[in-house]
Amino acid sequence: MAIDIGQFVQTFFEESLEGLDIMETGLLALPPGAAADLDQVNTIFRAVHSIKGGSGTFGFKEVTSFTHVMETLLDKMREGQMAVTSEAINTLLQSVDCLRDMLMAVRNNTEFDAPRVEELRKQLAQMLDQKVSAPSAAHWRTPAAQPPPVSADGWLISFRPHLDLMHSGNDPVRIFRELAALGDLTVRPDFSRLPRLAEMQPEDCYLAWDLELRGSATRETVAEVFAWVEDDSDLSIEPLLEDLTALGSVEPEVANDNAQQGELLLDRRAGDRRKTDRRAVGGGADSSSIRVGIDKVDAVINLVGELVTTQSMLSALGVDFDMSRIDKLHEALDQLDRNTRDLQEHVMRIRMLPISSVFSRFPRMVHDISEKLGKQVELQLSGEQTEIDKTVIEKIGDPLVHLVRNSLDHGIEPPDQRGEKPATGIITLNAYHKSGSIFIEVGDDGRGLNREALLRKGLDAGLLRPGEDYTDDQIHELIFHPGLSTAKEISDVSGRGVGMDVVRRNIQDVGGSIQIASQPGRGSKITICLPLTLAILDGQLVSVGHDCYIIPLLSIVESVQIHAEMVNRVAGKGEVLRFRGQHLPILRLYEQFCADGAVTNLEKGLLVVVEADGRQVGLFVDDLQGQQQISIKSLEKNFRRVAGVAGATILGDGRVGLILDISGLIRVNNAAT
Amino acid sequence: MATKSTDLATLSAHLKREVTATAEGLQYLTFILAGESYGIDILKVQEIRGWVPVTKVPNAPFFVRGVMNLRGAIVPVIDLRLRFGLESVEYTKTTVVIVVTVRSEHNDRIIGMVVDGVSDVLNINNPADIKDPPDFGTAVHTEFISGLVTIEAGMVMLLDVDRLLSIEEMFAMESVRPAEAMHAAA
Repeated sequence: MAIDIGQFVQTFFEESLEGLDIMETGLLALPPGAAADLDQVNTIFRAVHSIKGGSGTFGFKEVTSFTHVMETLLDKMREGQMAVTSEAINTLLQSVDCLRDMLMAVRNNTEFDAPRVEELRKQLAQMLDQKVSAPSAAHWRTPAAQPPPVSADGWLISFRPHLDLMHSGNDPVRIFRELAALGDLTVRPDFSRLPRLAEMQPEDCYLAWDLELRGSATRETVAEVFAWVEDDSDLSIEPLLEDLTALGSVEPEVANDNAQQGELLLDRRAGDRRKTDRRAVGGGADSSSIRVGIDKVDAVINLVGELVTTQSMLSALGVDFDMSRIDKLHEALDQLDRNTRDLQEHVMRIRMLPISSVFSRFPRMVHDISEKLGKQVELQLSGEQTEIDKTVIEKIGDPLVHLVRNSLDHGIEPPDQRGEKPATGIITLNAYHKSGSIFIEVGDDGRGLNREALLRKGLDAGLLRPGEDYTDDQIHELIFHPGLSTAKEISDVSGRGVGMDVVRRNIQDVGGSIQIASQPGRGSKITICLPLTLAILDGQLVSVGHDCYIIPLLSIVESVQIHAEMVNRVAGKGEVLRFRGQHLPILRLYEQFCADGAVTNLEKGLLVVVEADGRQVGLFVDDLQGQQQISIKSLEKNFRRVAGVAGATILGDGRVGLILDISGLIRVNNAAT
Repeated sequence: MATKSTDLATLSAHLKREVTATAEGLQYLTFILAGESYGIDILKVQEIRGWVPVTKVPNAPFFVRGVMNLRGAIVPVIDLRLRFGLESVEYTKTTVVIVVTVRSEHNDRIIGMVVDGVSDVLNINNPADIKDPPDFGTAVHTEFISGLVTIEAGMVMLLDVDRLLSIEEMFAMESVRPAEAMHAAA
């Protein structure tokens, strides 16, 4: 294989796997039966096409020929010669899986499941047979069995002569002339081996060439031209596929894709460029890379720019420093302080990924499982852009799969058992930030947990005592109990709750918690609360007496100054503010936190209206301070949970600031009134 | 008071040297609280810092002064005088925070404790020098005292930090009002 191409193999795999994801998403979005949505089909087609092109370049012939059949099928769909049936979609989805396995196998240099590939290819070909008129079908079927597709309309030749090529009297120019006689020839020299002039031996051949020969010449004729130099050079002759108009064509395409997504693939050139054999490239595949939004990288670059400016300012100051310039020094140091902190925050942000990378696997899963179970299920995703630390993302995937599968399998009823509810069940996946934590909800509108069965089971297992009253929460808690996880006893469907204890343990491992809410016949909702560590949020600093607290900006609705006449005292219910037609409870933070020296006159301070759990409350504070991006630190690590406080952070001046737990405060307020 | 307060830097340096010098025998960092000497196992001590204002934590036990920033970690700071039910005093230049590691069943916590001043490192070569604590006569509940050592200058009470600063203990005391605590101590 050509030396130049080796370095792109890694990229090819990454891009191809991404292409597969795009195909999968696209296929799932295709409405079966309806006329094909041209844009969608085009997207899928392009993805297949890129993989085919790339695999051709790298000589993964099996992949090329397999994708070729898929491509043909999609092409027919695109041109409207074939209907988009659910059968076709399913076959294509299976092909996507198959292709993924093939690519992994090639990458790891292992064998793939050849019979399965053959089987799928037959299915695809059959489909083509049915829909396409006979002659063209025949045309498409023949290449399938033979390794290199004959769609090549030329040859791509990589010619790397050894240094002593010319010692044997060979002249590359003659070779090229001969080739030019065979068809349309493009010659691109590679100067990478050229030494410095002083070191150059005039009789050595330092150049290498990439040749592109268009025309009907056969491989044999081309090879014959090189017959004399075969032993004195590294030579490869690859079929030129119609999409590979230039050797570098894979790269521009890749670049385009990236530009479209506005993302930059870091680390894509990782690995030793000189390693050309597949084994070496496969070995490097383990190092994980991360896709980072270009805006984040730009932000970091900007900050580094500022840091450099500050640095030069400081060095200039240091040249002839005297006390008259102490103010300037302070200023510069402040700036340095700020730059460093900003930089730190932004670098941490690079680790944050949108949760969509976890959610994206669910449409396919729901599609497959619901089909298998004969259920109609619609998956609704929201909050995909919620950002979570990469390590947490990696840990959360499996528990979520488990929960969604549970919902599908046991939550959603078959269409004929859904009673008044619409025949199509709904599974929701939702992610959001709340009071500094990250919440992920998995909900369904299925049958819910069977309280009676759980209760019975709990009694049998001796976890509950007969005759006592248990709240729903206590009962629901039982499904997390390892001993109770077999399901027949619980909901007449095997497997209910299997491994829920494992799910909970996984989530607890990353410092999260899990809660379940369920209504018989109406469905259930599982809420996962993930830790704050590394999470960064925008905070509003407020002062209360001598202390300073932070309110997560997301939970702030607005801040208002109030007049005494707007406030009512409700007997036994504390103060409420008549505000925009509703009564807003007022929570005096200084009372809650026993702060000294705080403003107590409602008219002198400020009311920050915050919202959590769909409820609003007015927090009475002295004043607003600045806003700051804060990284949340645990208060529990060395201390313990404090009511009304979600965590702590380090403020700009190095002091500790406490972050308010808005939903906790609202709960406390509700309980008190 | 017999042991004199040394300044912080000297002591910190001393502390380091001493710990590396004698691996055998027991070493205790001694400090002053209301005129009496106390000692804690030197291996528990992370560092000694001068007092800087901390961030108040709402609804925390009265002896918790607040939390401080220890190189990015949030560390609670307790006032040992208040913890022992002694009269609180104005913090001065010799007031220091001893940062200790507290081991419990579940995890290790880092906690700072405010004391009047640190004095010295006490070497105890013979464990028999440590006497059992008496059950009366000190300002501190004897349950936190692991032993007594008599030195030339007087007596040092050795504290069981894990016990004294365990979260459970601290919040068990939460219900005790400061006034009552002081009363009990008096």
